[in-house]
Amino acid sequence: MSGTCRETVIIPCSGIGKPFGSVSREAAYEVVDMLRPAHARLIALSRLVLGDDDARDAVARHPVVTIDGCKLACAAKMAKASGARRVRELAVIDTFRRHPKLKPEGIAELNDAGRQLARALAEEVAAIVDEQAGGEGRDA
Amino acid sequence: MPELPRRKVGIVACSGEEIAEGTVTRLAALRVLHELRPDDTVTICLPLFLAGGEGDRAFARVYPTVTIDGCEKRCAAEGTATYSAPPAASIVVSELAAGCGLGPIEGRRQLNEAGRLAVEATAQRTVELVDELLKAPRARRFTGTLPSAGP
Repeated sequence: MSGTCRETVIIPCSGIGKPFGSVSREAAYEVVDMLRPAHARLIALSRLVLGDDDARDAVARHPVVTIDGCKLACAAKMAKASGARRVRELAVIDTFRRHPKLKPEGIAELNDAGRQLARALAEEVAAIVDEQAGGEGRDA
Repeated sequence: MPELPRRKVGIVACSGEEIAEGTVTRLAALRVLHELRPDDTVTICLPLFLAGGEGDRAFARVYPTVTIDGCEKRCAAEGTATYSAPPAASIVVSELAAGCGLGPIEGRRQLNEAGRLAVEATAQRTVELVDELLKAPRARRFTGTLPSAGP
């Protein structure tokens, strides 16, 4: 498997029915593409459902941040069921409660508030990535 | 005469967040669910087969399903078959796009032109399969039990 020892695995929700699912993905992409590309990698939840060996190995060996869109918490449950031992469970609703003016709308395409909420959530995830990387997470 | 429950087809997208084809599966499923066949289709997010309850795992036993996968791993088709029931039909975006002569699909956050065309091709193929399943005499009937859906 590829990846650095200080890498954090990010697992967003796979839901396609509500805007909170889209916010979870947008936040995950913001972290792995923009904020912490060298210290965070994304794993698709569907690979864990399938029991993909590489995906299971990654969540077992690295700290994991799950970002769930609803109370069913599929990402957190799947990560733990797949052998993840160090899991930080985040939920979009908690970030929304801290930013109640950022009400997300739209699923295929989030509104501006949804994108801002995703950005706020991504900052929270990036802070966790930095913790896991021992302060080395912030990419230049 | 009593009104019978409407038959519906379940759509299960892999949603594969790691690849652009996964984005195609989500957007194609949404196009079918919201625009092309809103009265004939329902969905569930794939992980609910494991994270949800028995009602979620019964999804593919209640509805004939069309799975939409981004790549040859076929997580949606395999996962649906393993945890619920075999899908009635399945689509793999990478294969469909290649068959349509579409260029490399890129941009998991914002699809390129090939990706947008793949969304439309995938949605249209899904609609064809949905219509075939609804016409088929042996299609499983909607029983009136609605599994809960994730976000």
